[in-house]
Amino acid sequence: MNRIAACFERLKEQGRQALIPYITAGDPAPGATVPTMHAMVEAGADIIELGIPFSDPMADGPTIQLACERSLKHGTRLLDVLDMVKTFREKDQETPVVLMGYLNPVEVLGYGAFAEQAAAAGVDGALIVDLPPEEAEGEFDQAMKANGLDIIYLLAPTTEESRIEQVCKAGSGYLYYVSVKGVTGSASLDVQAVADKLDVVRKYTNLPVGVGFGIKDAESAKAVSEVAEGVIVGSVLVNKIASLVQQQDEIPAQVSAIVAELRTAMDA
Amino acid sequence: MPIKTDLSTIAQMPDERGHFGPYGGRFVSETLMAALKQLEETYERLWRDPDFQAEFDRDLAHYVGRPSPLYHAVHLTELCGGAQIYLKREDLNHTGAHKVNNTIGQALLAKYTGKPRVIAETGAGQHGVASATVAARLGLECQVYMGAEDVQRQALNVYRMKLLGAEVISVESGTRTLKDAMNEAMRDWVTNVDDTFYIIGTAAGPHPYPKLVRDFQSVIGREARAQCLEQAGRLPDALVACVGGGSNAIGLFHPFIEDGDVRMVGVEAGGYGVESGQHAAPLTAGRPGVLHGNRTYLMEDDAGQILGTHSVSAGLDYPGVGPEHSYLKDTGRAEYVAINDDEAMDAFRTLTRVEGIMPAIESSHAVAHAMKMAKEMDKDQIIVVNLSGRGDKDIHTVAQLDGIQV
Repeated sequence: MNRIAACFERLKEQGRQALIPYITAGDPAPGATVPTMHAMVEAGADIIELGIPFSDPMADGPTIQLACERSLKHGTRLLDVLDMVKTFREKDQETPVVLMGYLNPVEVLGYGAFAEQAAAAGVDGALIVDLPPEEAEGEFDQAMKANGLDIIYLLAPTTEESRIEQVCKAGSGYLYYVSVKGVTGSASLDVQAVADKLDVVRKYTNLPVGVGFGIKDAESAKAVSEVAEGVIVGSVLVNKIASLVQQQDEIPAQVSAIVAELRTAMDA
Repeated sequence: MPIKTDLSTIAQMPDERGHFGPYGGRFVSETLMAALKQLEETYERLWRDPDFQAEFDRDLAHYVGRPSPLYHAVHLTELCGGAQIYLKREDLNHTGAHKVNNTIGQALLAKYTGKPRVIAETGAGQHGVASATVAARLGLECQVYMGAEDVQRQALNVYRMKLLGAEVISVESGTRTLKDAMNEAMRDWVTNVDDTFYIIGTAAGPHPYPKLVRDFQSVIGREARAQCLEQAGRLPDALVACVGGGSNAIGLFHPFIEDGDVRMVGVEAGGYGVESGQHAAPLTAGRPGVLHGNRTYLMEDDAGQILGTHSVSAGLDYPGVGPEHSYLKDTGRAEYVAINDDEAMDAFRTLTRVEGIMPAIESSHAVAHAMKMAKEMDKDQIIVVNLSGRGDKDIHTVAQLDGIQV
């Protein structure tokens, strides 16, 4: 069993939900990332989504766009991101790490090389935002499977039932349900609408579902944890990082403080 | 490069999933999939619908002013001393460029699907103006995303859009040009997908946009083909068009794809020179990658980050290109070259002085290359240049280069 499956299994036994924080690798500087990952795990994170910075993050709002720009100012490359995971794994062999980003940096490296090197670094899966199942079919899909990596796909409020079935079949690890129409960091979510949609999703899959976009605080994290197996939180953490660009030493402690707060709310 | 694929196969692209060989496709977030699928279904149905076609044709005739003339530029021809140069006068269209052919079509799609709001991205402002124009006419709310740098250098078009009732949103992210405007428009669309139609201005983006924009723009090539046969009694030897995203070029080229003897030449923005790295010529100096929903030639660094571009012309200042051009390049059916800022500005001045036609700086790139080609060709040969837009919007840029305050 891989790390992601083991993680959800363990949580299920404990009757808890996964807390899945997102940060952009190399934001605001390469040195900040690995200590923040460790601090988040200590504060109760179950899986870490690590963003691969991209110059044109189309599906993200200004928060993540600026995080990418801060990271790219230091020239953070996909290979540097893999190195960060490798360093993280020196102290943590248990917490799953999922890379999240856009296709072009992956395409430049080559699907086969990406999958091999990601697996070797200790990555467990990838969510490529602009690579839907139709386009992943074939080379990307095979490269990921051959290296034991999960492909995490998105589902949206606009995804029709026939397509939900298709995406559920293609995905592995977990599914990422985008709770609102919009980009990351936008409007607040409607938990009842999420619950209704997840009822449909569960007709087609036993995979755990993480819900992201629009989770801003302990209250929304708690509400989502009552309807989904995972709570994904990004912009709130990235905004905190943005506010600490001048005090980078503070980043692991202050970001993990938010994670701890969400954890407490979810477990209450 | 030899043509590896037979011409009718090339002409029939894209396939049902929007692929032009390895290019094109639908590389978008799940949040956009439903909207694109709906657009594809709507488009495929309406494009075959006689009522829709009739309304589109009527608008092109009586609102845009089509057919646009094919003008034999005898003075320019004489100056070059070679092939006969004909200009396809898209600059004479209502709003002053080819862009309106597409916005008329897409606004009709918006109308038929009942969306009350349209958004658009724009570089030089021509597509923004064309979108604002059709929105005004159909009573649609219109917001136009434009890079902050382009807002500066195309102030006249910004004001035109405002007069037409559109809101221009200045985009400060990234390189503050066309690509960033497109990012912001996509973000808007994801958020407001229920009531909003996204009028993409060029033959790029996710499927079905490259196809439908091409189909709407192909009126250029269909007319040019018939006009050339009528005026010269034969097909042209070469077609020349500027390529940013590539909508005017694909509109001219596509109806000629199966005419194997007609050369097709796309002219990219060479900026300060391709060797300088400061340009916007992905087909000439880039490599394939994925951006804005499609696989195509891009300007990117070796880590896959999209590079900033430079061109004196805002409309060509884009790091990608429509996927069909990538396919035409690889199959060898079309060739692509780059013309530098200086060469384009020289052509701008030349055409203005010898023909009394002031071209857009974008179109001046095509004129510059056609002049080079004409000199190497015989007098009984024919070049058709797509004069995709008029230069009024560029007068401030030209004056500034001359050090004159207008």
